[in-house]
Amino acid sequence: MTTNQPSSTNDLPADVERTYERLGIPDAERTSRGAPARAVIIGAGIVGNSLAYHLARLGWRDLVLVDKGPMPNPGGSTGHASNFIFPVDYSKMMTELTADSTAQYKELGVFIESGGIEVARTEARSQELRRRMVAAKAWGIPCEMLSPEGVAKLVPYVDTSVIIEGLYFPTVGVVDSLRAGTLMRERAQEMGALEVRANTEILGIELTDDGERVRTVRTSSGAIDTDVIAVCCGVWSPKIAKMAGASIPLTPIVHQMISVGPIPLFADTVGEIVYPIIRDMDTNMYERQHGGDIEVGSYAHRPIIVNPEEIPSIEESALSPTEMPFTQDDFDPQLQDALELMPELLGDERVGVRYAINGLISMTPDGHPLLGETPEVKGLWSVAASWIKEGPGIARAVAEWMNGDVPGIDLHEADVARFYDHQRTRLHVTARARESFNKMYGVVHPAEQWESLRPTRLSPVYERERDLGAFFYETMGWERPYWYASNEGLLKKFAGRVMEREAEWESRWWSPIINAEHLAMREACGLTDLSAFVVMDITGPGALSSLQHLAVAQLDVPIGRVVYTSLLDERGGFKSDLTIMRLGHDHFRVVTGAHTGMTEKKWFVDHLPSDGSAQLSDLTSSWATFGLWGPRARDILAKCTTDDISHEGFPFATCRTIELAGVRVLASRISYIGELGWEIYVPVEEGAKVWDAIFTAGQEHGLVPVGIGVYATTGRLEKGYRALGSELTADFTIVEAGMARPAVKKQDFIGREAYLAQRDEIAVAHLCTLTVNDHRSSSGVARYMLGGEPIVSLDGERLVDEKGRPSYVTSAGSGPSLGKHILLSYLPTSYAEVGRQLMVEYMGDNFPVTVDVVGSTPLFDPENSRVRS
Amino acid sequence: MNVLVCVKRVPMVGARIVLSPDAREIDVRQLGFTMSPHEECAVEEAVRIVEQRGGAVTVLTLGPPEASEQLRDAASIGATQLVHLVTDGREWDPISTAEAIVSAVRTREETQGPYDLILFGNEAADSGGYQVGIRVAQALGRSSISGIKQLAIGEGVLEARREYRGGDELYDIPLPCVISVKEGINLPRYPSLPGRMRAKKLAIEEIPVAWREGPLRIERLRVPEEPRERAEVLGGVDGVPALVALFEQWGIVS
Repeated sequence: MTTNQPSSTNDLPADVERTYERLGIPDAERTSRGAPARAVIIGAGIVGNSLAYHLARLGWRDLVLVDKGPMPNPGGSTGHASNFIFPVDYSKMMTELTADSTAQYKELGVFIESGGIEVARTEARSQELRRRMVAAKAWGIPCEMLSPEGVAKLVPYVDTSVIIEGLYFPTVGVVDSLRAGTLMRERAQEMGALEVRANTEILGIELTDDGERVRTVRTSSGAIDTDVIAVCCGVWSPKIAKMAGASIPLTPIVHQMISVGPIPLFADTVGEIVYPIIRDMDTNMYERQHGGDIEVGSYAHRPIIVNPEEIPSIEESALSPTEMPFTQDDFDPQLQDALELMPELLGDERVGVRYAINGLISMTPDGHPLLGETPEVKGLWSVAASWIKEGPGIARAVAEWMNGDVPGIDLHEADVARFYDHQRTRLHVTARARESFNKMYGVVHPAEQWESLRPTRLSPVYERERDLGAFFYETMGWERPYWYASNEGLLKKFAGRVMEREAEWESRWWSPIINAEHLAMREACGLTDLSAFVVMDITGPGALSSLQHLAVAQLDVPIGRVVYTSLLDERGGFKSDLTIMRLGHDHFRVVTGAHTGMTEKKWFVDHLPSDGSAQLSDLTSSWATFGLWGPRARDILAKCTTDDISHEGFPFATCRTIELAGVRVLASRISYIGELGWEIYVPVEEGAKVWDAIFTAGQEHGLVPVGIGVYATTGRLEKGYRALGSELTADFTIVEAGMARPAVKKQDFIGREAYLAQRDEIAVAHLCTLTVNDHRSSSGVARYMLGGEPIVSLDGERLVDEKGRPSYVTSAGSGPSLGKHILLSYLPTSYAEVGRQLMVEYMGDNFPVTVDVVGSTPLFDPENSRVRS
Repeated sequence: MNVLVCVKRVPMVGARIVLSPDAREIDVRQLGFTMSPHEECAVEEAVRIVEQRGGAVTVLTLGPPEASEQLRDAASIGATQLVHLVTDGREWDPISTAEAIVSAVRTREETQGPYDLILFGNEAADSGGYQVGIRVAQALGRSSISGIKQLAIGEGVLEARREYRGGDELYDIPLPCVISVKEGINLPRYPSLPGRMRAKKLAIEEIPVAWREGPLRIERLRVPEEPRERAEVLGGVDGVPALVALFEQWGIVS
């Protein structure tokens, strides 16, 4: 590593010197230092080229694009991509990135629309295709189900006897990604914005003397001083980031592909592709025409992981560094599957396997790209782990972000800052890549849990929870009980009210015990482990002004107040939503969810005052957190403490240190599930002691352990509480979310101007609470939506507001106290009226729903009398 | 025609070859494997002969357990019998290799009748010894010729052509014989998927062979010094004057 090395031109770091030696770089070039660059883009694949273009378009000049390989195909994954684009993904972000990329490819003239069909061989897959159809409807992507004969009409070489049906996407197409990259690179050059350095190796990245930001890139063609480096190196990205002391947690993994030809049927077709691409979902494979050949790709073979440090050089590679030697044994089982589906085409003795590779692609721990400035090093941007179908869209959005704008597409799910340290380890990255590789075309339940590397992060009461029969979900490494088998007896007690689910799909990763725990909590009291919370203290004389600058809510409040607030981006979209406790004049404690904690932490750190007058300490590992909520919460707490916890002595939205079973804990009287109670922050090492004390004291009051199933879903939805990332995203506003307060604080904060403007506008959408009137599907089974489904009018039309945003279910779940299934969705203003009858489309059926609430009034306890009792 | 083809598993290298630290082997950690290119042509030639005249193509290799991949590659384009002399992975010298092959050939010929034709590649792509074919022919007492780029089978005789110093040499060789062929004799076919499937199911006759130290040893490999060529990117439209200057320098335009 070459971090923090002196960078006088005559005093090169030893390892850089050695590399120069190896490459035979002449002395004069070793010390040469070109003009400083506004940004150095490393990697000339689809991402790097697109990024250069988009930065140039935004007015950036003096850009340098560096690649170790030659142009136009430097040997990365772009060069061997199969280049097809299916427009639908369960993630809205990915769907939007794909849509924007497709538009850009079209504009460049390198897109050919071929159509594409996902075929089902099994009944389970048929159901999955219906679910995909619903996602497509939600995002406005045309598709239709086809019978086997319908499939064969479009793709005559498919054997109809092996498939049940197919889902046809007419807008699927293929692109020429190398050509697209070349065009974008040339456009940037034509604008006078870009210098291209091919065949140039990165030798090291040097940081400023304080070790905080990038300063110099050392290359085999001299050093370049710059404040901004974009790592667009695909499978090599971890290696390059490491040079700067940062991490880009991805791993290269093999995707096998063969090309078979010449196919007689294709002899007379014109152009690259005429027949729709087939995705043989059940076998994890695809088949697509490529000129006279057909490409057969597979995600079905064993996961073959390659260390980024061990990818061969261009010179050492028989084909290219990312086209590794084909391992026939791994592919053999797939041949049978491919032959079965296309017996005539692929069974032809005259056609041969002309090309076969173990192609390298990038995989990340959660399947999403790695975008944004790294949290470790300022000025070092990751633009990695992108498929061809997202490349140009990602490049545009990241260029906007680098430019200081709010990206046009909400990139939070892909923020490279989202990971915790354990997720940045090679062990974690490879284990999760290995586990998810074969699920590439899998039927993956939205709540499906990881199996590898568990447990990783444990609350101090993990053993107790396990002994209570907790069913654990993993959240960013934390084991969190979703429900407890010990509560099974409650099913009898609340028989008829637990909203059992008939269909296997919705009962997967779910238990009616969640609803029983919910009812027990509303009736008496529940104890919930919230130790996965991210706890950050912001202290110092500049703490208040620093936080005021970020939070919508007034933070200049008396010590001991708890403030629930949103944080906005400059455009007034949601950046964060959390609570802040004022513990002292210069001492604030921020508490937020595990899922988004690390991106939020970066947001806070990035906005600390530059004069050092405030500091952030991450205390997540110091504090265990328990939630005690329910009508009996005060009675139970009173048995463990002599401090005043009366309503008057400990009002709502305040916090205070109290003595609880001989432990000084921070109690905070708030609730995310709408009951009287406290969040209790305990030093980790005393967590078990406090849990035991509360648990014991609670027995006579009907206390039960309550899982996250209640906390995150049923309790929350009955109260209409919004969740960051679901309801609260960069695409919607405080006003639309129904969370605007009567007044806006006078102090400036990020997004204030936009927020004021939003308040003056007439909102075109409103977040509404809906309930399902009738759950019966066309086949007579009661179905329960899980989220992501489109809301449609009574004649089945999609609802889209004036800003083009579709109405889809942002959160869904049981409301056991109401006996109704609750859906949250933004609706266009004209539909957002109480009592309005609409439908939700799910698994191929439309179910009638009623708009019960427009805005944030809770369905349960609308006066909020419980939390204030 | 009964044709036997002998092949060797060799690393598939790129432009730069990396050696092991002791320089006795090629560093194969990142490499795939193949049979030597001359041998691919030998297999193709054998398959074509049998397609035309009937008979069987047997492919034999001496190599580590993984060399079965190369046998299956041969089977996927038409070989029907596979013989694997399984070694412990150490490199055998040409003398020991030839001895082992001769022994296997004799055993098989005793029970299955003689091979009309034994084909080799001209030399192995990695060790380049040029010897095994000739040594096998000599031990079996059969005629042999190497460097062949064209073959035709006549009645009891084989017509062969090889290039020599700008001319062609034509031979008539009595069968049975041993021939080493060179790349260019044909364009090997790509394996079809059904071929691949058949190859997968084909049984391999595995004969373990004990390591025999021969008199020839590889002491050290040396990668020839490559001239350090450095490319200069002339650029798009801006590069035209430089390009014209170069053309003038080379005398392409004046």
